[in-house]
Amino acid sequence: MIYREAGQFKTTYASDQAVFPIVQDRVVVALAVVAAFVVPPLVADEYWLQAVLIPLLVYSLAALGLNLLTGYAGQLSLGTGGFMAVGAYAAFKLATAFPQLNIILAFLLSGAAAAAIGLVFGIPSLRIKGFYLAVATLAAQFFLIWLFNKVPWFVNYASSGTITAPPRTVFGVMVSGPTATPQARYVTALALVAVGALVAKNLVRGRVGRSWMAIRDRDIAAEIIGVRPLRTKLLAFGISSFYCGVAGAELVFLYLGSAETLAFDISLSFLILFMVIIGGLGSVLGSFLGAAFIVLVPILLTNAPHLAGLALPVALQKQMELMVFGGLIIFFLIVEPNGLARLWQIAKEKLRLWPFPH
Amino acid sequence: MRSRTALIGMLSAALVAGPLLAAAVAQPKEMFIPLLVYRTGAYAPSGIPIANGFVDYFTLLNERDGGINGIRVAWEECETQYDTKQGVECYERLKSKNPVLVNPYSTGITYQLIPKASVDKVVVFSMGYGNTAAADGRWFPWVFSFPTTYWSQASAVIRYIGQQEGGLDKLKAKKIVHVFHNSPYGKEANTTLETLARQLGFELTLLAVDHPGQEQKSTWLQVRRINPDWIFMSGWGVMNQVAVKEAAAIGFKMDHFIGNWWSANDSDVVPAGDGAKGYKGATFHAPGTAFKVHQDIVKFVYDKGKGGGKKEEMGAPLYNRGVVNAMLSAEAIRTAMTKYGNKALTGEQVRWGFENLNLTEARLDQLGMKGFTHPIKVTCEDHEGNGPILVQQWDGTKWTLVSDWIAPMREVVRPKIEAAAIEEGKKLGYTERDCAKEK
Repeated sequence: MIYREAGQFKTTYASDQAVFPIVQDRVVVALAVVAAFVVPPLVADEYWLQAVLIPLLVYSLAALGLNLLTGYAGQLSLGTGGFMAVGAYAAFKLATAFPQLNIILAFLLSGAAAAAIGLVFGIPSLRIKGFYLAVATLAAQFFLIWLFNKVPWFVNYASSGTITAPPRTVFGVMVSGPTATPQARYVTALALVAVGALVAKNLVRGRVGRSWMAIRDRDIAAEIIGVRPLRTKLLAFGISSFYCGVAGAELVFLYLGSAETLAFDISLSFLILFMVIIGGLGSVLGSFLGAAFIVLVPILLTNAPHLAGLALPVALQKQMELMVFGGLIIFFLIVEPNGLARLWQIAKEKLRLWPFPH
Repeated sequence: MRSRTALIGMLSAALVAGPLLAAAVAQPKEMFIPLLVYRTGAYAPSGIPIANGFVDYFTLLNERDGGINGIRVAWEECETQYDTKQGVECYERLKSKNPVLVNPYSTGITYQLIPKASVDKVVVFSMGYGNTAAADGRWFPWVFSFPTTYWSQASAVIRYIGQQEGGLDKLKAKKIVHVFHNSPYGKEANTTLETLARQLGFELTLLAVDHPGQEQKSTWLQVRRINPDWIFMSGWGVMNQVAVKEAAAIGFKMDHFIGNWWSANDSDVVPAGDGAKGYKGATFHAPGTAFKVHQDIVKFVYDKGKGGGKKEEMGAPLYNRGVVNAMLSAEAIRTAMTKYGNKALTGEQVRWGFENLNLTEARLDQLGMKGFTHPIKVTCEDHEGNGPILVQQWDGTKWTLVSDWIAPMREVVRPKIEAAAIEEGKKLGYTERDCAKEK
């Protein structure tokens, strides 16, 4: 009844190919974005912003990047943590070497640095596929982390090997460093994610995204119809790494404040991959849903015994959390192997007929 | 279809109820201290005894004395798995309960909390770990690292090695290896060791072991090739036991292998069996249970069934470390109470207590800790106290002290701390405080 496209006539190609062709979608998305910008900074307390929402946004951006590569272009990568580290260390070097540089620009430049590194490590994808490519990207992960650990130049010769986000402002508002408010950090992260999502949405419905999907679905057929694998695959690696790089810079500057290489180790790569798989491969929305699942469910499980008034020993609680979380992932993949995005799609289809299903 | 409905229900529940918190704010007659612990994961062997020591001492205070001057201590544990991200989540969560001080028990988490805590008015008490530069109280008023720091420890260990060799001048051309956990924690001692190597002329090799440290074959292959005279180790968690086993396996002289104070616990040496005999470790308090405070803990805590761990595990070095840490926290709060009165204090008031802590020999005696640890005096400039260390040795069944109190080389360490404090403080946009104006 409410979600019905009958009567919405597309009279131009432009309106037919819009990002959200249905009016209701446009309204809902616009409202959601406005709400995301306005409500949490006004309502949420520091815990929510700093420990829940900001990591959620950072991981969403990284998952979005990996989804472009793995979900759309079909190139399995385990180097996400490494590419995020490149972004983080590049942003640190840029921000400390050029204190006048706008921090947003520093984020974008560090994304570009990560993209360049991503291109290099994407070259093997021309020869190897699937799990073998995953192993090759694993090399990127280990090599990059080793590099940042080994060469003291990357950490400005800090004896501890830790990078610390210096205080920086955007339009006169402090967004990184110890005195930045969580609200300012949140809005900065959200703005970057919103722009990133819009660009991704446009990429995947255009020529680039279609050539990625052609490569993913059958690379030989794609080559025959004129998609150049070299350019397409490398472009996927480059753009994906750009997103991951910006996410890595955000992880240090907006979320943690300071970090060591351990923050970018292999478990981060797996975490982002799980987000993509659980959220839905080949879906922009899925990246957000997957990140939400991975970030929110453990927090719920940690807090559930408190809410229920149980005082369990922390070790037991942690072990239960891991077991339940693992169980949920398995249960979830059995029930809905196509990810959370598919659930949303089913909901939309049902909504079209509601309240009079045939 | 049913299971899918269940799934949707569950997910929406997770999204809505997720981080909703039962915000139980501390009672007016209580002071809340969050405990960031790690009882699971690769660092649990080190994390469990510390957490137990902490909890037991706080329980003792509540049970025996009814708290600190009548104000009960309330605490809540939060599992971090020694992971910085989880540690930050824990800190943010427990912050709603008005904590007055926090013990991160991880150098990585300490680095995260230093910028946050001064804004939130929470004391960071990183006892013998964390950011060494923060020991300069003029730049880092909210961070305390007494009784001593990694840099002081490294210099004291070199002094001890010198004593064993018959004088610091005998260290010339000696080969010393530092095996360290490849993290901010492990790297801390490196610069001090490098400075001392230049000054004293010994040959220093730095060997990094990556997290979590289960695989160290290549490191020990290198050790065998170098054939050092002494090995100093900054390890943590499962890395320690592997290193001790590997050292025993290559037949290294165990009494020339010294762990720092995080690398010398029962759990680090027991897995190596007889091979670990002779292994040494630095510490700033005695091992064992031969002190009155332990009798009190047995009487008021374990005999009442309120113990954090097993009674037999009391007295391990890291358990005693937890006790010392809890005692120092409690004494700092007690110091603050002399100025602000016996009530639940704020973070700012507790910070004053930390800065003016003067723990005397007589006070240690009253606490049942005579000979257990060293007196300490904290000042506005010096949040380290420059405490001396002891060396303990594993004889196959227990740790015994084999040295007297060894003073660190303050003339080497302090200028470095002051220089580093300016650098680190500026990174965070801090300014120097004038200690003459503090009272």
